[in-house]
Amino acid sequence: MAIQDIDITRRGFIAGSGLVIGIAMAPKLLKAAPTGVPAGGGPELVPMNTFVKIGTDDTVTILSKHIEMGQGPFTGLATLVAEEMDADWSQMRAVHAPADNDLYANLAYGIQGTGGSTSIANSFDQIRIAGATARAMLIAAAAKEWQVPVSEITIKKGRIRHAATGKESGFGAFAERAALQNPPAEPKLKAPEDFILIGTDLPKLDTRSKIDGTAVFTLDVMPDNALIAVVAHPEHCGATVKHFDDGEARKVQGVVDVKQVASGIAVYADNTFAGLKGRDALHIEWDLSGAETRSSEEIAADYVRHFDEPGIVATNNGNVDGAFDAPGVQTVEAEIIFPFLAHAPMESLDAVFVMAPDGSLDIYTGAQFPAMDRQVAAEILGMQQSQVRLNTQMTGGAFGRKAQFGSPYMQEAAAVYAASGGSRPLKHMWTREDDIRGGFYRPMYAHKLRGAINQKGEITAWEQIIVGQSILGKVDLDETSVEGASNLPYAIPNLKVTSHNVELVVPPLWWRSVGHTHTGFAVETFVDELLVKIGRDPVEGRLGLLSGRPRHTGVLRKAAEMADWGSAVPEGRARGVAVVESFHSYVAQVVEVSVDPEGIPRVHKVWCAVDCGLAINPNVIKAQMEGGIGYGLGAVLFDAVTLGTGGKIVQSNFHDYRSIRINEMPEVAVEIIKSSERPTGVGEPGVPPIGPAVANAWRSLTGTPVRQLPIVNIV
Amino acid sequence: MVTFTLNGTERTFNGDPDTPLLWVIRDFEKLTGTKYGCGIAQCGACTIHLDGMPRRSCVTPISMIEGSDVVTIEGISGKEAEAIKTAWAAIDVPQCGYCQSGQIMSAVALLQMVPKPTDDDINSAMTGNICRCATYHRIRAAIHAAANSMEG
Ligand code: FES
Ligand code: FES
Repeated sequence: MAIQDIDITRRGFIAGSGLVIGIAMAPKLLKAAPTGVPAGGGPELVPMNTFVKIGTDDTVTILSKHIEMGQGPFTGLATLVAEEMDADWSQMRAVHAPADNDLYANLAYGIQGTGGSTSIANSFDQIRIAGATARAMLIAAAAKEWQVPVSEITIKKGRIRHAATGKESGFGAFAERAALQNPPAEPKLKAPEDFILIGTDLPKLDTRSKIDGTAVFTLDVMPDNALIAVVAHPEHCGATVKHFDDGEARKVQGVVDVKQVASGIAVYADNTFAGLKGRDALHIEWDLSGAETRSSEEIAADYVRHFDEPGIVATNNGNVDGAFDAPGVQTVEAEIIFPFLAHAPMESLDAVFVMAPDGSLDIYTGAQFPAMDRQVAAEILGMQQSQVRLNTQMTGGAFGRKAQFGSPYMQEAAAVYAASGGSRPLKHMWTREDDIRGGFYRPMYAHKLRGAINQKGEITAWEQIIVGQSILGKVDLDETSVEGASNLPYAIPNLKVTSHNVELVVPPLWWRSVGHTHTGFAVETFVDELLVKIGRDPVEGRLGLLSGRPRHTGVLRKAAEMADWGSAVPEGRARGVAVVESFHSYVAQVVEVSVDPEGIPRVHKVWCAVDCGLAINPNVIKAQMEGGIGYGLGAVLFDAVTLGTGGKIVQSNFHDYRSIRINEMPEVAVEIIKSSERPTGVGEPGVPPIGPAVANAWRSLTGTPVRQLPIVNIV
Repeated sequence: MVTFTLNGTERTFNGDPDTPLLWVIRDFEKLTGTKYGCGIAQCGACTIHLDGMPRRSCVTPISMIEGSDVVTIEGISGKEAEAIKTAWAAIDVPQCGYCQSGQIMSAVALLQMVPKPTDDDINSAMTGNICRCATYHRIRAAIHAAANSMEG
């Protein structure tokens, strides 16, 4: 039976799927299933401008051009608008903006996108101006209505007032009229000393719905009569279908159709379980001629061969060769191998397609590059982009996984929808296995480091060679491969950093904190070794090399102070430290570590100091440091995607791609450096220091430096 | 045909008896608070209460639950649930939120069994619930806060 033959009425669906409606239905169960949250909010909201809408019920809704993946942009951006509008926090709401590269481009990179810890940094002025504009338009409307001068009207906690006449109103009553006012050419923004909301721990806007189960994620979008589609993917990156037999799959109750698409074999079913069962029943022979057939071990061996070849020069200060050749110089060397890492967001990739009666299409998905997804879907479906609405949904984490140039995930999802013929709505979902084996990993990297120590015990040269895939697909220098090393913060007179771009079939992708995931580890463990070698304390020694770096110094001193660095450490434990600048934010962490019964590091406590400029919401900043620490710690302790013999991906789910769990999570203390610098991001910068801080503590505890990750594999 | 109670209401299902309870709850009952994260009892995102005990619905075939009482995040109530939800909000636990229904179902079950859990009790009750956003620090704090709030 093909999809086109299905009785697509609701009645037919219910009968066919075997659902029997019970007699007594509680009101809770009668509630309609979520059909997706429309981008931009409902039609009842009155737009003031591109970013702010007001409801007649006095609510203020911000249109977030950044996706809410847990890092808090809904709350942060709403805080900025509420501040400039003098709104009350209780009236604030947030929705995702529609997909539109013109209206909603990320000013940091020119297309609509969330990533690089840019949400607050790049929206800081833009969305405050939107808030101030809306405020001015409300005042203008009230002044006209009340026949009083604009200058006599005040707004406080969402109430518009004219003191002399005693007139007072909420925002809602003036929404329609305010929208008709001319926006001021240059709305005046508040001075920092007048901030009321910025810098306070406002509760997050999305917390409630995430506690009672009502938050709608893409997987929860359940249009009536939807098909569920899953795709059987290969276990080798780059393999294609040679031959398949779907006879057994089609016999599974609830399976509707099976089709070949570019990435594998799609199974269409009436419900998720039928789709999964059908997929399991497929027999597929894969063509490995274009696949990656080397093991991770073989790839690493190929990587280190590049150490002896000339690379692309990222930095070359002073005379590195001369410094190493100087008489009496001691050379310290290290080679470090980093594995592939999957992002493993809690909600794996998914998308829902619903054709409207007029032939236009709604797509619901949690995309970090929504406008690119829309463009790709429109191309694949042969539609005009104007006929496609991409509704960004809240998403269950991403960590970079949902930000892909060219939208390869959407290419698959849209192709699966196209192949279905589009007669029914369709939900396409990846299982955890698809996610872990789906490629787009943090690439493997190999680092070679050499340090020169002269007779006076000074570090005189630093050479670093970095081998790995270019995430941006470049043949020349990819800044994301060397960031954090090429701009080494330590004052070492002779510095040379080179890189080698290696091509693999395995598709690469950025992973929470991008290049800093490996450069932070390499730099911070190696500088620690050099300092110990010259008899310096890791904190004091770093401070000595960080003159002229006040923000590095500030967080390092703060974290050391919080940890009471230098005080006695409990028996069987050691402390380690690291400081990393990433995405213009500065984070230092001190950790206290022992050896756990498994023989791996047990991290008891982390003291973290962060300088991210002006703190918009300290509560969110602290949460991001805690989360970044847990995410980064799990990866250095446990995580690798490994290509086995013949290139087959070894891991497939959380039983072998091990996630950090609550019993492994350290206690975390966070302090935020007070600053009036422009705000910078916090979604990623908590990640880079944790790995090297743990490795440094481990080396000091056991004498063994960590040269290969994850640590669980080497102890 | 399987008959069971879902959030206090009698329901029946006569599809494939192998269908995991998770997909019955989501696809057929359209209650979407219970999440899929792994499908193999490794992550806890699908945690529900089956006859009062926390259970991974992704590995619970519907055929196993004849006559049982199923409670999901949409139906959880009682003083432990109220205390947990209040503490969760006060401490602003969720980040992406996707794992949180499962976390809360496990946490409520813990408090129902152990009103004043120690850190070790929390570890054993909550280790099956992965949070990729690593909100663990706050989960622990919220469970302690909820337990304390129930004392008074
Ligand atoms: S989905 Fe059931 S434990 Fe992960
Ligand atoms: S809050 Fe995101 S997975 Fe737990």
